[in-house]
Amino acid sequence: MSFESEQHADDYWKENIRLMLILLGVWFVASFCCGILFVEQLNAIRLGGFKLGFWFAQQGSIYIFLALIAVYVVQMNKLDRKYSVHEDDEAPEAPAQPQPVEEFGQ
Amino acid sequence: MDIQTLTFLIVGATFALYIGIALWARAGSTNDFYVAGGGVHPVANGMATAADWMSAASFISMAGLISFMGYDGAVYLMGWTGGYVLLALCLAPYLRKFGKFTVPAFIGDRYYSQTARTVAVICAIFVCFTYVAGQMRGVGVVFSRFLEVDITWGVIIGMGIVFFYAVLGGMKGITYTQVAQYCVLICAYLVPAIFISIMMTGHVIPQIGFGGELNDGSGTYLLDKLDGLSAELGFAEYTSGTKSTIDVFFITAALMVGTAGLPHVIVRFFTVPKVRDARKSAGWALLFIALLYTTAPAIATFARVNMIDTINGPDAQGTAYEKAPSWIGNWESTGLISWEDKNGDGKMFYSGDERNEMDIDRDIMVLANPEIADLPAWVIALVAAGGVAAALSTSAGLLLVISTSISHDLLKRNLMPNISEKQELGYARIASAVAICIAGYLGINPPGFVAQVVAFAFGLAASSFFPAIIMGIFSKRMNKEGAIAGMLSGITFTAAYIIYFKFINPAANTPDNWWFGISPEGIGTLGMLLNFAVAVGVARMTSDAPKHVQDMVADIRFPKGAGEATAH
Repeated sequence: MSFESEQHADDYWKENIRLMLILLGVWFVASFCCGILFVEQLNAIRLGGFKLGFWFAQQGSIYIFLALIAVYVVQMNKLDRKYSVHEDDEAPEAPAQPQPVEEFGQ
Repeated sequence: MDIQTLTFLIVGATFALYIGIALWARAGSTNDFYVAGGGVHPVANGMATAADWMSAASFISMAGLISFMGYDGAVYLMGWTGGYVLLALCLAPYLRKFGKFTVPAFIGDRYYSQTARTVAVICAIFVCFTYVAGQMRGVGVVFSRFLEVDITWGVIIGMGIVFFYAVLGGMKGITYTQVAQYCVLICAYLVPAIFISIMMTGHVIPQIGFGGELNDGSGTYLLDKLDGLSAELGFAEYTSGTKSTIDVFFITAALMVGTAGLPHVIVRFFTVPKVRDARKSAGWALLFIALLYTTAPAIATFARVNMIDTINGPDAQGTAYEKAPSWIGNWESTGLISWEDKNGDGKMFYSGDERNEMDIDRDIMVLANPEIADLPAWVIALVAAGGVAAALSTSAGLLLVISTSISHDLLKRNLMPNISEKQELGYARIASAVAICIAGYLGINPPGFVAQVVAFAFGLAASSFFPAIIMGIFSKRMNKEGAIAGMLSGITFTAAYIIYFKFINPAANTPDNWWFGISPEGIGTLGMLLNFAVAVGVARMTSDAPKHVQDMVADIRFPKGAGEATAH
């Protein structure tokens, strides 16, 4: 166990899940809500030459996906450091601790 | 220089580059061969993933599909990018920490079952072969149009090149070749798009240009003009589409989840040194993919307006056939465009109603686009090189998954556990050589159902792998009984629905007969939900996963201590 305590491990996992669910919520709203379910209503609004719903479906959702991954990477790196379960910065060839070696199902 | 000489030169130069990289990045160990030694930089890995992902279908067919589907084309745009969010947030970091070579290895170990592993191997091989057949065909099409060689020779040349760097270099050779191939294909995609965007709207960036005003001084927005043209000619409004909302919803979801469950995409995240890099790498991959995917709808719009204007002429009364631009003749000879003078006025006319006289294949839009817009010959040659790069990079990635599944998951872990690393590497090379020959055969003699089976590949990945992997990470207690029952019911349901509507009774393939109005393309989403439901139900009734498996799951949930991806 790399965490200081069971409590830490639980808290880390809960924060991780919370972040993931928030980001997946945005993911769902941007693509399925704006791009598909409410596309008609949004099409009443114009963004330059684009109807807004059409723009979300063919452009906007993709930009939002990119932003989501960027936020996730930054936030998770912070979280890893907070609970000091981040990876060491030295040579990646030398694992910090050996992988549990187990063979199942043979 | 004429187009053909230029095409030979540019395509030849890119081939020389790929072979050079393959020689430099030869694989010495199974580790090199399967996961490139686990030492690929996240940016390079992102590029390689993008090249691996964007196939001949993305490069050649997608913009054409959108061009003919309008708004409905968004299912591909969102479906094939949104899956990367799922990959980055729910799969990549945990699978990297788990640290094995393949998806079947994860399924087999997490569910402590040889049966689960075997089911996963069979799914992986099937999904990959489905895909690779289409890729080889793509290579053949590009060769036969631009190099004017026979399609068979086109496929054989393509096979030879892939054989060389996939068999020799394994994942290491493939990864670095794919980086080069990404650069070639993205240039080939962006250059004509930028040219046309400037010509039509005066904007350098196509993503902005297709929402801009036309360059002709009329002040009309491009998309408004296209909606107007569509209405006049009896097509559905471009920005609205024709599919039902529920169908668009389910197809998008199936493509997203399918993307996140495709073995040749997932295996990419085993090649980076750290868990942190796996997260980052998914972001880079999506960035590189988004460059092409946000350009595609712009190309689709430009191409559609250009094509209608060229065929119907400035007065929208039709253009005389004798005065037709040369691209129409060029593509007529390949059989992908045809004209039938129904009203006998000697003029071509294109519309969505009974006045229509043209039959235009959707696949030519990207390849013909530079010709339609009258771009210089070197741009046309570049597009040919890009199409070949897209097809080759994806085939190589798929072939690797096939050979790994056979040599590692089937032979080493199942049938002959005592072979040495050197023998395993030998088997991996033999397996990829055999796989290339089969793929080439399928490319030269394509079974009629290639287009149909693409829906199959995504549906299967969505309804089998994705739920099993997600539950393997996010539920410690999920056991083998639940996972196997879930995978089997998900696959069986999805496959049965697709086979019924695509093969047994294609005549019934209409919205009235579909369940809840969901087409076979979108049914994978329902299969995935079924998989989850069955797995949870069965797991409730059977005992929890054993302690050592639960400990393993706890261990993959944080990054610290991730070693290299290993075989055992």
